[in-house]
Amino acid sequence: MRNSLFVLLAVLAAAAVYAAARIVDNPYVFFAGYVVLQFVVLATAWNILGGYCGYVNFGSAAFFALGAYTTVAMVKFPALAAKYLPEPLIAVTNLIFPLPIPVLILFGGVIAGLVGLGTGYLTLRLRGVYFSIATLALAVVLQTLVVNWDYVGGSRGAYVVRPATTPFFGIDYMEYLFLMMLALSVATLAAARSIERSRLGFGFAAIRDDELAAESCGVPTLRLKLVATALSGAFMGMAGAPFPYYIGFLEPSSAFGLAYAVNSIAMPMIGGTTSWIGPLIGAVLLGTLQQLATVTIWSELSLLIVGLLLIGFVIVAPNGIVGLLETLLGRKRTEPARAADAEGKA
Amino acid sequence: MGNSLTIEGVNAGYGAVRVIENVSMNVASGTTVVLLGTNGNGKSTLIKCIMGICRPTSGRIVAEIDGEKHDLVGMKPEAIVDLGIALVPEGRRLFPRLTVEENLLLGAFRPVARVQRKKNIDFCYETFPRLAERRRQLAGSMSGGEQQMLALARALMLAPKILLVDEPSVGLAPLLVSRTIDTIRDLKAKYQLTVLMAEQNFTQAIRIADSGYVIVHGRIAFEGRSADAHNNNDLIRKFYLGL
Repeated sequence: MRNSLFVLLAVLAAAAVYAAARIVDNPYVFFAGYVVLQFVVLATAWNILGGYCGYVNFGSAAFFALGAYTTVAMVKFPALAAKYLPEPLIAVTNLIFPLPIPVLILFGGVIAGLVGLGTGYLTLRLRGVYFSIATLALAVVLQTLVVNWDYVGGSRGAYVVRPATTPFFGIDYMEYLFLMMLALSVATLAAARSIERSRLGFGFAAIRDDELAAESCGVPTLRLKLVATALSGAFMGMAGAPFPYYIGFLEPSSAFGLAYAVNSIAMPMIGGTTSWIGPLIGAVLLGTLQQLATVTIWSELSLLIVGLLLIGFVIVAPNGIVGLLETLLGRKRTEPARAADAEGKA
Repeated sequence: MGNSLTIEGVNAGYGAVRVIENVSMNVASGTTVVLLGTNGNGKSTLIKCIMGICRPTSGRIVAEIDGEKHDLVGMKPEAIVDLGIALVPEGRRLFPRLTVEENLLLGAFRPVARVQRKKNIDFCYETFPRLAERRRQLAGSMSGGEQQMLALARALMLAPKILLVDEPSVGLAPLLVSRTIDTIRDLKAKYQLTVLMAEQNFTQAIRIADSGYVIVHGRIAFEGRSADAHNNNDLIRKFYLGL
């Protein structure tokens, strides 16, 4: 399927999702749906580095929070400008701000992408578990910085007041945010899918399978890994950018929450890491389950669900739902049998 | 037009550990040179230095490709691959979760090789019909002998001028070792390659060698201009073969 056709189909699917959400005619659908879509973006973004390249990132929350705090910084800017800038510049500032959500998403993406690139430079000489530990450290460092940065609210947190109106026919603001996240999901999935089918994705797969062999085939491993960390970080940042408007009040412990790090690993793992559809399935399934549990039982239950499902899948279907389906449909290619190495029969 | 490799006074190691000390070698155009030595003497490190994966602390590694000289020290692996130097890594190092065909295509990842990948893949399937039968199979699910074929074929996808082979005998049954060595000899003749092969299996490697070096504790202990020179050398018999 051509990329343009895929985008068209994805847009149609997204339109169907939106129509269905409207038909239900319950504002809570948009409220809960936003979170599910946010996890679709996060899981897909995680999978670009974790699934395609095999580098497990434990610091997803850091990139998500970077996006969210970029928005907070932008929201707070007019107040800062009013204090320090000369009169004409304040007028200009008031004209531009508050920035619309798509611009904030772009900013969040750029900032998180740059941090992703920097992290890549510092850590990508590390492999396997050492890389993962470094990403965990990144989350801790960034959280400490934010906690001690008064401008974005520090440990007290920051209020972000939603505008009274939306640019789209006066629809409800939550509906507007839902639409934004829906569009971002389509964009992220389309990007992930086109990476998968490109020479870039081929290089990623080589890195995942055997980095030294990739290097000796002339795959520019360091450069490709930097592309992966930057892209993955950027999409995570984009997922976080509208979050302050969604939540209304942002504090470091919610932006850097454990749920983001755990979910963005668990969702691709449960869905399947080898293709774009795996994180989508995982995120929709787990995200919906978590939202249902939040409403019907208890919100703290959601992480328990993730944990139990992850354990179950690791045991029963280590290649995720996509891998399980491939096996059931008999389309699975022969699994590598270590025994074949014992040799002697060829 | 010559394709040769000259190594002059190379020192290399990892961190504080020096693995290779003042190694000099010459791989003349169109010859097969073997680098002999038991485990842990620096064979693989030297090969990695040539490929730019490990950086020597001093010394020069000069590759002459079609008569043009290139100093490989400081070059990135991908640039060295672009010159037409291909490596068959130790332990084969295939991409286990990719198919045979995908493995071959990765051998032609560089743009220089990409343009000829259709032609080269046909060559590979012609040389190794077994791989053609298994083109859709995952590389990790093949037997060791087939994996070694694939590792060689993947390197050929570059249409290399100089072929580096690191321990082709690892993990193979004795019969397969001799077959693999024969295959390397045949490929060398067919594609007019210059071959540098690191190997532990003295008797097998020396069969196809034009000349050879014995490396002991990171130093070249012996240099032989012919297979006979190696076979009849007391030093080798004593220190390497233990006879």
